[in-house]
Amino acid sequence: MAGSIEHHDYDVLVLGSGGSGLRAAIAAAEAGARTGLVCKSLLGKAHTVMAEGGLAASLGNVAPEDSWSTHFQDTMFGGKYLNNWRMAELHAREAPDRARELEHWGAVFDRTPDRRMSQRAFGGHTYKRLVHIGDRTGLEMIRTLQDRTVHSDVDVFMETTITRLIKDGERVVGCFGYRRQTGEQISFSARALILATGGSGRIYKITSNSQDCTGDGYALAYEAGAEMVDMEFVQFHPTGMVYPPGVAGLLVTEAVRGEGGILRNALGERFMEKYDPKRMELSTRDVVARSIYTEVKEGRGTPHGGAYLDVSHLDSDYVRRKLPSMYDQFLELAGVDITREPMQVGPTCHYFMGGIKVDADTGQTRVPGLFATGEASGGMNGANRLGGNSLGDLLVFGRRAGIGAAEAAGRSDAVSLPAEEIAAAQAEVDHFLNGPGTENPFHMHRELQTIMGDGVGIFRDKEGLSTAIAKLETLQDRVGNLKAPSNRLDYNPGWQLCREVHNMLTVSLMIARAALMREESRGGHSRLDHTGYSDYWGEHNIVIHRESGHDMALTPTPVVKREELSELIEARKEAEKAA
Amino acid sequence: MSETLTAGGTRKLQIWRGDLTSGELVDYELETEPGMVVLDAVLEVQRSQAPDLAVRWNCKAAKCGSCSAEINGKPRLMCKTRLDHLPAEEPITVEPMRAFPLIRDLVTDVSWNYRVNEQITPFTPRENLREGIDVKDGDFLIDQADTDRMSEFRKCIECFMCQDVCHILRDHRMHNRYYGPRFMIRMASLDMHPLDGVDRLDQVADEGGIGLCNITKCCTEVCPENIHITDNAIIPMKERVVDQRHDPFLKILGRTPNKGRVKPPARSSTPEL
Repeated sequence: MAGSIEHHDYDVLVLGSGGSGLRAAIAAAEAGARTGLVCKSLLGKAHTVMAEGGLAASLGNVAPEDSWSTHFQDTMFGGKYLNNWRMAELHAREAPDRARELEHWGAVFDRTPDRRMSQRAFGGHTYKRLVHIGDRTGLEMIRTLQDRTVHSDVDVFMETTITRLIKDGERVVGCFGYRRQTGEQISFSARALILATGGSGRIYKITSNSQDCTGDGYALAYEAGAEMVDMEFVQFHPTGMVYPPGVAGLLVTEAVRGEGGILRNALGERFMEKYDPKRMELSTRDVVARSIYTEVKEGRGTPHGGAYLDVSHLDSDYVRRKLPSMYDQFLELAGVDITREPMQVGPTCHYFMGGIKVDADTGQTRVPGLFATGEASGGMNGANRLGGNSLGDLLVFGRRAGIGAAEAAGRSDAVSLPAEEIAAAQAEVDHFLNGPGTENPFHMHRELQTIMGDGVGIFRDKEGLSTAIAKLETLQDRVGNLKAPSNRLDYNPGWQLCREVHNMLTVSLMIARAALMREESRGGHSRLDHTGYSDYWGEHNIVIHRESGHDMALTPTPVVKREELSELIEARKEAEKAA
Repeated sequence: MSETLTAGGTRKLQIWRGDLTSGELVDYELETEPGMVVLDAVLEVQRSQAPDLAVRWNCKAAKCGSCSAEINGKPRLMCKTRLDHLPAEEPITVEPMRAFPLIRDLVTDVSWNYRVNEQITPFTPRENLREGIDVKDGDFLIDQADTDRMSEFRKCIECFMCQDVCHILRDHRMHNRYYGPRFMIRMASLDMHPLDGVDRLDQVADEGGIGLCNITKCCTEVCPENIHITDNAIIPMKERVVDQRHDPFLKILGRTPNKGRVKPPARSSTPEL
């Protein structure tokens, strides 16, 4: 049976075609590896296209005093010192080269008066640091990387869903899935496999994430034996649209505040004065999101349950030039002209700080043959990510994972897929299509989103988390009973969703259990019953892995530090105390 | 500009269902809520009434260009078209793009576009970049005005609706002779890059087939990013092709538009659909 399906063999196979996947594929191909790239959607449609504000890199074009060390300190402060120090260091050191490289590949960014790449202010960054083009920086990046990829020696598989990683003994040797357009099964053998599958925003109803963001890589890696880190830290972007209901959650870029946008409550108060008088609207995202949430909860919200975000005091031509997508988005979808009246905004699930635990330098997971990068990997951002750091992350660690995987592939013998593993993978997808199941994936997805929104949202407590976990566990009992409402093979959305719901449920359990374990409030994790910082938790990440009996094991693990960076960290902590 | 959104209420949809062999418009009725877009309605139909309805979508934020369809006969993004902007008294028709082979229901095979894109030589810096004028310490030096000019075309989200509505492709099916508006603006953005070192005008004219465009501007009308495809990309490039190939005065002066740029290696002909 296994012999009859479409099969491909690569040195390096990349799953995911967002920024990190494309950058990894380019690096692997450049290193001489035979490289394949699998996209769940069409090429160029991945969630990276939605990134708006910019790419953080201490080029110093606008603020010459900027340096990698300040960027490193900002990243660590933003992440509340839970970041993997080495990752934050590599990112800060290498982001400028990655930005320049992108420009040399044809990306076009806004300019300074002296004709270099311009940089804008963003929350938590000491200096103007974000390379950008209007408010569509992610699209520019993905299009540039996409073109680079198709002109590199990379084979691209579009609209292909991977449902399982295939192992031979202890190592990952490939994967299995199907072509979405026809339902035809496909398998890949690969000496090294990179997960660049992004986040899992679709576990919440209110999210800025694409349909594709269903935590596939998290679940695949976890099931293959990899460790996960920091899963309790989910970033709620402070500013999503709250109205009309059809577009609730849609992102309103932080660049609106970076360009001078002001937040006010229904009483007209500029409420950030209360929460972070020093940084105001450009405080870190966790702080701004909690502030808006608190204002609304305490009865000072706008008619549609958000805060006002106002740029009407800025020159209207400037707003249209610097924030064209936002101008269009509000005019078209909400009937609001943002050059004349305020937007109404509220928090929306945006990003997963946590992810697959990797070696900082190479992206290697603890499973031989398996690598991860981008939002799929964890560690770089600690408890909270600064805006602009994900686009840098994609480039820096995408490239590193591509090189790391190509090197590992070079050291590896040829691999083959064990027939019984393929048979098991085939049985699973067939079960969703033709099995005796009775659970509707569309309905279970809604249930999951409700549980997560109610119990594992922006503010958490023991009772709510325990209730959510209990409900998620009952879903887990039912998930094996999922079945697509239609059994046709070609472009069957229900079939696709069955495995995605399975993945999202796994991710949700990780988040809820880690959130219950972390008895403190830090960054993207806020506990109503443990409002302060804990010294113990300030030194520990929660690492998750699957035990042999399939139980989920959570282990507090000391933060990965680097002696030579201690001075920078201590200096920043002192400076914060003094302020 | 502020407006009150109309309340939801019941709306009728006619969605095209079928494959390459046969198909028809099928009626659906659903309850809507304020501000709902066509994609919301289609997905609600999928969730509650037609679970095998094939529809391609991703970002639902008008940024990825996946959910292109013909709504009430006009190419539009489903995620950017509000129900209350369409006539309330009539059913809303939703059909797949017609310029590309159908896969099923609302999903079409747009892979031809990707094959065309592979034909276009990527950005390649000029060989003789001048220090202090074009580059400084490895950084490109580019004017904001050049950036703005290129940026208009680089806003393209590849929804392929301009390709769908282009009569060269849609009606005359000349996919093997014309790259279509999407790739005319792609080539324009590369040609307008002040540091690009490739002479692209032969490709624009020959394999690209720019001469086939007779500037009816249908592409410009449907562009969700409001890119002035015809006026700002196609017409200027037609002029540059003519200058480069036929203007005797420029030839005598030795000042053809792409002087100093290197011709790309010969490539295969325009891809078949």
